[in-house]
Amino acid sequence: MAETWYEIVRDVLKRHNVSLVTYVPDNVLRPLIAAIEADPFFTAFACTREEEALGINAGAHMGGLRSILLMQTSGFATLPNVIASLSVPFSIPTLMMVSERGTLGEFNIGQQLVARTMRPVLDALNIETHTMTRLDEAEFIVDRALVQAFATMAPCCFILSPLLTGGKVFSK
Amino acid sequence: MTELANHPANRDQAKVMNRYDITKRMVGLLHNDEAVIGGIGYTNFDLWAASESPGGRRQQNFYMLGSMGLAVPIALGVAIAQPRRKVFALEGDGSVLMQLGSLSTVAARGAKNLCIVIMDNGAYQITGGQPTVTGQGTDIVGIARASGIAQSAWAADEDAFAELIGRALKEDGPWLIGCRIDNQKPVDTTERDPARIRDNFMRGLGVRA
Repeated sequence: MAETWYEIVRDVLKRHNVSLVTYVPDNVLRPLIAAIEADPFFTAFACTREEEALGINAGAHMGGLRSILLMQTSGFATLPNVIASLSVPFSIPTLMMVSERGTLGEFNIGQQLVARTMRPVLDALNIETHTMTRLDEAEFIVDRALVQAFATMAPCCFILSPLLTGGKVFSK
Repeated sequence: MTELANHPANRDQAKVMNRYDITKRMVGLLHNDEAVIGGIGYTNFDLWAASESPGGRRQQNFYMLGSMGLAVPIALGVAIAQPRRKVFALEGDGSVLMQLGSLSTVAARGAKNLCIVIMDNGAYQITGGQPTVTGQGTDIVGIARASGIAQSAWAADEDAFAELIGRALKEDGPWLIGCRIDNQKPVDTTERDPARIRDNFMRGLGVRA
Protein backbone atom coordinates (compact mmCIF):
# COMPACT_ATOMS: atom_id res chain seq x y z
CA MET A 1 0.00 0.00 0.00
CA ALA A 2 1.40 3.37 -1.07
CA GLU A 3 1.99 5.65 1.89
CA THR A 4 3.65 8.75 0.44
CA TRP A 5 2.35 11.30 -2.11
CA TYR A 6 4.94 10.24 -4.66
CA GLU A 7 4.16 6.53 -4.38
CA ILE A 8 0.47 7.35 -4.79
CA VAL A 9 1.15 9.45 -7.90
CA ARG A 10 3.42 6.77 -9.38
CA ASP A 11 0.81 4.06 -8.82
CA VAL A 12 -2.07 6.07 -10.31
CA LEU A 13 -0.01 6.98 -13.38
CA LYS A 14 0.79 3.32 -13.85
CA ARG A 15 -2.83 2.25 -13.45
CA HIS A 16 -3.79 4.71 -16.22
CA ASN A 17 -0.96 3.50 -18.45
CA VAL A 18 0.86 6.84 -18.38
CA SER A 19 4.29 5.40 -19.10
CA LEU A 20 6.31 8.29 -20.54
CA VAL A 21 7.54 10.80 -17.96
CA THR A 22 9.50 13.84 -19.14
CA TYR A 23 10.82 16.32 -16.65
CA VAL A 24 13.01 19.27 -15.83
CA PRO A 25 14.19 18.31 -12.37
CA ASP A 26 13.36 19.93 -9.08
CA ASN A 27 14.26 19.11 -5.50
CA VAL A 28 10.65 18.62 -4.38
CA LEU A 29 10.01 16.26 -7.31
CA ARG A 30 13.13 14.23 -6.54
CA PRO A 31 11.40 11.35 -4.69
CA LEU A 32 8.74 11.06 -7.42
CA ILE A 33 11.38 11.04 -10.17
CA ALA A 34 13.36 8.44 -8.21
CA ALA A 35 10.29 6.24 -7.68
CA ILE A 36 9.40 6.42 -11.37
CA GLU A 37 12.93 5.76 -12.58
CA ALA A 38 13.15 2.73 -10.28
CA ASP A 39 10.13 1.18 -12.00
CA PRO A 40 10.81 -0.40 -15.42
CA PHE A 41 7.21 0.28 -16.46
CA PHE A 42 8.16 3.90 -17.09
CA THR A 43 10.31 5.60 -19.70
CA ALA A 44 11.57 8.70 -17.89
CA PHE A 45 14.16 11.29 -18.84
CA ALA A 46 15.14 14.90 -18.30
CA CYS A 47 14.65 17.45 -21.07
CA THR A 48 16.57 20.66 -21.67
CA ARG A 49 13.45 22.85 -21.44
CA GLU A 50 9.84 22.43 -20.39
CA GLU A 51 8.65 23.48 -23.89
CA GLU A 52 10.72 20.69 -25.40
CA ALA A 53 9.22 18.17 -22.97
CA LEU A 54 5.69 19.32 -23.81
CA GLY A 55 6.43 18.85 -27.52
CA ILE A 56 7.78 15.33 -26.93
CA ASN A 57 4.68 14.45 -24.94
CA ALA A 58 2.39 15.86 -27.64
CA GLY A 59 4.11 13.74 -30.27
CA ALA A 60 3.95 10.68 -28.03
CA HIS A 61 0.21 11.22 -27.53
CA MET A 62 -0.41 11.35 -31.28
CA GLY A 63 1.66 8.19 -31.58
CA GLY A 64 -0.55 6.46 -29.01
CA LEU A 65 1.54 6.76 -25.84
CA ARG A 66 0.38 8.44 -22.61
CA SER A 67 2.71 10.83 -20.84
CA ILE A 68 3.14 13.47 -18.14
CA LEU A 69 5.48 16.44 -17.71
CA LEU A 70 7.02 17.18 -14.29
CA MET A 71 8.46 20.62 -13.55
CA GLN A 72 8.62 23.41 -11.00
CA THR A 73 6.70 26.69 -10.94
CA SER A 74 9.34 28.71 -12.81
CA GLY A 75 9.36 26.10 -15.57
CA PHE A 76 5.63 26.33 -16.02
CA ALA A 77 6.07 30.04 -16.70
CA THR A 78 7.88 29.18 -19.95
CA LEU A 79 4.91 27.24 -21.36
CA PRO A 80 1.93 29.53 -22.16
CA ASN A 81 2.73 29.87 -25.88
CA VAL A 82 3.02 26.15 -26.54
CA ILE A 83 -0.05 25.28 -24.45
CA ALA A 84 -2.01 27.89 -26.41
CA SER A 85 -0.70 26.94 -29.85
CA LEU A 86 -0.19 23.17 -29.55
CA SER A 87 -1.98 21.48 -26.62
CA VAL A 88 -5.28 23.38 -26.69
CA PRO A 89 -6.02 23.85 -30.42
CA PHE A 90 -4.97 20.29 -31.27
CA SER A 91 -6.94 18.81 -28.33
CA ILE A 92 -3.92 17.13 -26.80
CA PRO A 93 -4.37 15.98 -23.18
CA THR A 94 -1.12 17.50 -21.93
CA LEU A 95 -0.64 16.37 -18.32
CA MET A 96 1.46 18.65 -16.15
CA MET A 97 2.58 18.26 -12.55
CA VAL A 98 4.13 21.34 -10.99
CA SER A 99 5.92 21.45 -7.66
CA GLU A 100 4.81 24.73 -6.18
CA ARG A 101 7.47 27.24 -5.27
CA GLY A 102 6.96 30.86 -4.29
CA THR A 103 4.69 30.35 -1.31
CA LEU A 104 4.63 29.08 2.31
CA GLY A 105 8.22 29.85 3.19
CA GLU A 106 9.79 30.86 -0.13
CA PHE A 107 13.25 32.35 0.23
CA ASN A 108 13.94 33.32 -3.41
CA ILE A 109 12.23 36.52 -4.56
CA GLY A 110 12.31 35.42 -8.20
CA GLN A 111 10.36 32.28 -7.34
CA GLN A 112 7.89 34.29 -5.32
CA LEU A 113 7.16 36.61 -8.25
CA VAL A 114 6.96 34.04 -11.02
CA ALA A 115 4.63 31.87 -8.93
CA ARG A 116 2.04 34.68 -9.03
CA THR A 117 1.72 34.15 -12.81
CA MET A 118 0.88 30.43 -12.69
CA ARG A 119 -2.81 30.31 -11.74
CA PRO A 120 -3.81 33.36 -13.83
CA VAL A 121 -2.19 31.72 -16.88
CA LEU A 122 -3.90 28.40 -16.21
CA ASP A 123 -7.23 30.20 -15.80
CA ALA A 124 -6.72 32.30 -18.94
CA LEU A 125 -6.07 29.13 -20.95
CA ASN A 126 -9.09 27.42 -19.34
CA ILE A 127 -6.94 24.54 -18.06
CA GLU A 128 -8.40 22.12 -15.53
CA THR A 129 -6.21 22.67 -12.46
CA HIS A 130 -6.00 20.85 -9.13
CA THR A 131 -3.94 22.04 -6.20
CA MET A 132 -3.00 18.99 -4.16
CA THR A 133 -2.65 19.69 -0.45
CA ARG A 134 -3.70 16.48 1.34
CA LEU A 135 -2.41 12.94 1.27
CA ASP A 136 -5.89 11.43 1.72
CA GLU A 137 -7.15 13.25 -1.41
CA ALA A 138 -4.16 12.61 -3.65
CA GLU A 139 -5.27 9.35 -5.22
CA PHE A 140 -8.83 10.53 -5.90
CA ILE A 141 -7.68 13.78 -7.50
CA VAL A 142 -5.07 12.27 -9.81
CA ASP A 143 -7.23 9.28 -10.72
CA ARG A 144 -10.33 11.28 -11.63
CA ALA A 145 -8.42 14.09 -13.34
CA LEU A 146 -6.62 11.60 -15.60
CA VAL A 147 -9.93 10.01 -16.59
CA GLN A 148 -11.28 13.45 -17.46
CA ALA A 149 -8.19 14.63 -19.36
CA PHE A 150 -8.20 11.61 -21.66
CA ALA A 151 -12.00 11.58 -22.07
CA THR A 152 -12.22 15.28 -22.92
CA MET A 153 -8.84 15.47 -24.72
CA ALA A 154 -7.93 18.48 -22.61
CA PRO A 155 -4.77 19.47 -20.74
CA CYS A 156 -4.68 19.18 -16.96
CA CYS A 157 -2.34 20.65 -14.37
CA PHE A 158 -1.62 19.31 -10.87
CA ILE A 159 -0.04 21.78 -8.48
CA LEU A 160 1.83 20.05 -5.67
CA SER A 161 1.43 22.34 -2.65
CA PRO A 162 4.07 22.47 0.10
CA LEU A 163 1.19 21.35 2.33
CA LEU A 164 1.45 17.97 0.59
CA THR A 165 5.15 17.72 -0.18
CA GLY A 166 6.77 19.77 2.57
CA GLY A 167 8.11 22.09 -0.13
CA LYS A 168 11.62 23.40 -0.26
CA VAL A 169 12.80 24.94 3.00
CA PHE A 170 15.26 27.72 3.60
CA SER A 171 18.74 26.57 4.44
CA LYS A 172 22.04 28.41 4.52
CA MET B 1 31.55 9.46 -39.58
CA THR B 2 34.14 8.80 -42.24
CA GLU B 3 31.38 7.48 -44.55
CA LEU B 4 29.95 10.97 -44.63
CA ALA B 5 33.30 12.40 -45.71
CA ASN B 6 32.11 12.93 -49.29
CA HIS B 7 29.58 15.44 -48.04
CA PRO B 8 30.41 19.15 -47.68
CA ALA B 9 32.44 20.01 -44.61
CA ASN B 10 30.40 23.13 -43.92
CA ARG B 11 27.38 25.21 -44.89
CA ASP B 12 29.26 27.37 -47.38
CA GLN B 13 30.13 24.37 -49.53
CA ALA B 14 26.57 23.07 -49.89
CA LYS B 15 24.54 23.86 -53.00
CA VAL B 16 21.55 26.19 -52.58
CA MET B 17 18.48 24.10 -53.44
CA ASN B 18 14.73 24.76 -53.59
CA ARG B 19 12.58 23.84 -50.59
CA TYR B 20 9.55 22.59 -52.54
CA ASP B 21 11.73 20.60 -54.91
CA ILE B 22 13.63 18.72 -52.21
CA THR B 23 10.51 18.25 -50.06
CA LYS B 24 8.82 16.68 -53.08
CA ARG B 25 11.86 14.44 -53.63
CA MET B 26 11.77 13.38 -49.97
CA VAL B 27 8.04 12.62 -49.96
CA GLY B 28 8.58 10.58 -53.12
CA LEU B 29 10.99 8.32 -51.23
CA LEU B 30 8.53 7.55 -48.40
CA HIS B 31 6.79 4.23 -49.04
CA ASN B 32 6.15 2.88 -45.54
CA ASP B 33 3.81 5.44 -43.97
CA GLU B 34 6.72 7.30 -42.38
CA ALA B 35 5.61 10.13 -40.09
CA VAL B 36 6.62 13.67 -41.08
CA ILE B 37 6.39 16.66 -38.74
CA GLY B 38 6.42 20.04 -40.47
CA GLY B 39 7.70 22.99 -38.44
CA ILE B 40 5.94 26.33 -38.76
CA GLY B 41 6.22 28.64 -41.72
CA TYR B 42 7.16 27.88 -45.29
CA THR B 43 8.68 24.54 -44.24
CA ASN B 44 5.23 23.17 -43.55
CA PHE B 45 3.54 25.03 -46.44
CA ASP B 46 5.79 23.22 -48.89
CA LEU B 47 5.30 19.90 -47.06
CA TRP B 48 1.56 20.41 -47.56
CA ALA B 49 2.09 21.24 -51.25
CA ALA B 50 4.50 18.34 -51.82
CA SER B 51 2.14 15.84 -50.19
CA GLU B 52 -0.71 16.21 -52.66
CA SER B 53 -1.13 13.50 -55.25
CA PRO B 54 -3.91 12.16 -57.47
CA GLY B 55 -4.59 9.55 -54.78
CA GLY B 56 -5.20 12.23 -52.14
CA ARG B 57 -3.01 14.05 -49.67
CA ARG B 58 -0.46 12.12 -47.63
CA GLN B 59 -2.00 11.40 -44.22
CA GLN B 60 1.06 10.76 -42.04
CA ASN B 61 2.02 14.44 -41.88
CA PHE B 62 1.60 16.76 -38.89
CA TYR B 63 1.56 20.50 -39.52
CA MET B 64 2.37 22.79 -36.60
CA LEU B 65 0.38 26.02 -36.35
CA GLY B 66 2.54 27.76 -33.77
CA SER B 67 4.80 26.40 -31.02
CA MET B 68 7.85 27.54 -32.99
CA GLY B 69 10.82 25.24 -32.48
CA LEU B 70 8.90 22.12 -31.49
CA ALA B 71 9.06 20.08 -34.72
CA VAL B 72 12.05 18.10 -33.44
CA PRO B 73 10.55 17.40 -29.98
CA ILE B 74 7.18 16.39 -31.48
CA ALA B 75 8.96 14.07 -33.92
CA LEU B 76 10.98 12.57 -31.05
CA GLY B 77 7.74 11.91 -29.15
CA VAL B 78 6.24 10.10 -32.15
CA ALA B 79 9.50 8.15 -32.57
CA ILE B 80 9.40 7.04 -28.91
CA ALA B 81 5.74 6.04 -29.13
CA GLN B 82 6.20 4.11 -32.40
CA PRO B 83 9.75 2.75 -32.49
CA ARG B 84 9.12 0.68 -35.64
CA ARG B 85 8.09 3.68 -37.73
CA LYS B 86 10.60 6.09 -39.28
CA VAL B 87 9.89 9.67 -38.27
CA PHE B 88 11.08 12.86 -40.01
CA ALA B 89 11.16 16.38 -38.61
CA LEU B 90 11.30 19.19 -41.17
CA GLU B 91 12.44 22.37 -39.49
CA GLY B 92 13.70 25.81 -40.51
CA ASP B 93 16.98 27.33 -39.38
CA GLY B 94 15.27 30.04 -37.32
CA SER B 95 13.07 27.44 -35.65
CA VAL B 96 15.78 24.95 -34.73
CA LEU B 97 17.87 27.79 -33.29
CA MET B 98 15.09 28.29 -30.73
CA GLN B 99 15.36 24.74 -29.41
CA LEU B 100 18.99 23.64 -29.84
CA GLY B 101 18.77 21.64 -26.62
CA SER B 102 16.39 19.26 -28.37
CA LEU B 103 19.28 18.07 -30.57
CA SER B 104 21.09 16.97 -27.40
CA THR B 105 17.98 15.19 -26.14
CA VAL B 106 17.60 13.37 -29.48
CA ALA B 107 21.23 12.27 -29.24
CA ALA B 108 20.93 11.23 -25.59
CA ARG B 109 17.82 9.16 -26.31
CA GLY B 110 19.58 7.52 -29.27
CA ALA B 111 16.42 7.84 -31.35
CA LYS B 112 17.20 5.24 -34.03
CA ASN B 113 14.09 5.92 -36.10
CA LEU B 114 14.40 9.71 -36.25
CA CYS B 115 15.71 11.92 -39.05
CA ILE B 116 15.84 15.72 -38.80
CA VAL B 117 15.89 17.76 -42.02
CA ILE B 118 16.89 21.41 -41.64
CA MET B 119 15.77 23.85 -44.34
CA ASP B 120 18.36 26.58 -43.97
CA ASN B 121 17.98 29.78 -45.99
CA GLY B 122 19.64 31.97 -43.37
CA ALA B 123 16.46 34.00 -42.91
CA TYR B 124 13.19 34.34 -41.05
CA GLN B 125 11.60 34.30 -44.48
CA ILE B 126 7.90 34.36 -43.54
CA THR B 127 8.31 37.47 -41.40
CA GLY B 128 10.11 39.49 -44.05
CA GLY B 129 13.46 37.83 -44.60
CA GLN B 130 15.33 39.14 -41.58
CA PRO B 131 18.68 37.31 -41.33
CA THR B 132 19.21 34.42 -38.92
CA VAL B 133 22.66 33.69 -37.51
CA THR B 134 23.20 30.72 -39.85
CA GLY B 135 24.27 33.20 -42.53
CA GLN B 136 26.69 34.75 -40.07
CA GLY B 137 28.88 31.83 -39.08
CA THR B 138 26.61 29.37 -37.26
CA ASP B 139 26.63 25.87 -38.75
CA ILE B 140 23.63 23.73 -37.73
CA VAL B 141 25.24 20.48 -38.88
CA GLY B 142 28.28 21.30 -36.76
CA ILE B 143 26.03 22.02 -33.78
CA ALA B 144 24.20 18.73 -34.32
CA ARG B 145 27.46 16.77 -34.40
CA ALA B 146 28.69 18.51 -31.28
CA SER B 147 25.32 17.74 -29.65
CA GLY B 148 25.99 14.05 -30.19
CA ILE B 149 24.15 13.35 -33.46
CA ALA B 150 27.14 11.77 -35.20
CA GLN B 151 25.25 11.10 -38.43
CA SER B 152 24.81 14.74 -39.38
CA ALA B 153 25.68 16.00 -42.84
CA TRP B 154 25.11 18.82 -45.29
CA ALA B 155 23.43 17.72 -48.51
CA ALA B 156 25.89 18.68 -51.27
CA ASP B 157 23.10 18.78 -53.87
CA GLU B 158 19.77 17.15 -54.73
CA ASP B 159 21.30 13.75 -55.45
CA ALA B 160 23.20 13.78 -52.17
CA PHE B 161 20.00 14.77 -50.38
CA ALA B 162 18.15 11.79 -51.85
CA GLU B 163 21.07 9.53 -50.91
CA LEU B 164 21.01 10.76 -47.30
CA ILE B 165 17.23 10.32 -47.02
CA GLY B 166 17.65 6.81 -48.42
CA ARG B 167 20.25 6.01 -45.79
CA ALA B 168 18.06 7.42 -43.02
CA LEU B 169 15.27 5.13 -44.20
CA LYS B 170 17.50 2.04 -44.12
CA GLU B 171 20.00 2.63 -41.33
CA ASP B 172 19.65 3.45 -37.66
CA GLY B 173 19.71 7.12 -36.68
CA PRO B 174 19.39 9.62 -35.34
CA TRP B 175 20.17 11.54 -38.50
CA LEU B 176 20.36 15.24 -39.27
CA ILE B 177 20.47 16.47 -42.86
CA GLY B 178 21.32 20.12 -43.45
CA CYS B 179 19.86 21.63 -46.62
CA ARG B 180 20.72 25.07 -47.93
CA ILE B 181 17.67 26.46 -49.65
CA ASP B 182 16.80 29.56 -51.67
CA ASN B 183 14.23 32.21 -50.77
CA GLN B 184 11.47 31.17 -53.16
CA LYS B 185 7.91 31.49 -51.90
CA PRO B 186 6.16 28.22 -51.02
CA VAL B 187 3.91 26.57 -53.59
CA ASP B 188 0.77 26.43 -51.41
CA THR B 189 -0.54 27.28 -47.93
CA THR B 190 -1.34 24.66 -45.29
CA GLU B 191 -5.00 24.35 -44.31
CA ARG B 192 -5.30 25.74 -40.77
CA ASP B 193 -7.70 23.31 -39.08
CA PRO B 194 -5.97 21.79 -36.04
CA ALA B 195 -8.70 19.25 -35.24
CA ARG B 196 -8.53 17.87 -38.76
CA ILE B 197 -4.73 17.92 -38.89
CA ARG B 198 -4.45 15.95 -35.66
CA ASP B 199 -7.19 13.48 -36.50
CA ASN B 200 -5.72 12.80 -39.95
CA PHE B 201 -2.27 12.32 -38.49
CA MET B 202 -3.44 9.91 -35.77
CA ARG B 203 -5.42 7.88 -38.31
CA GLY B 204 -2.37 7.89 -40.57
CA LEU B 205 -0.31 6.45 -37.70
CA GLY B 206 -2.93 3.80 -36.95
CA VAL B 207 -3.69 5.22 -33.50
CA ARG B 208 -7.30 5.86 -34.52
CA ALA B 209 -9.33 3.54 -36.67
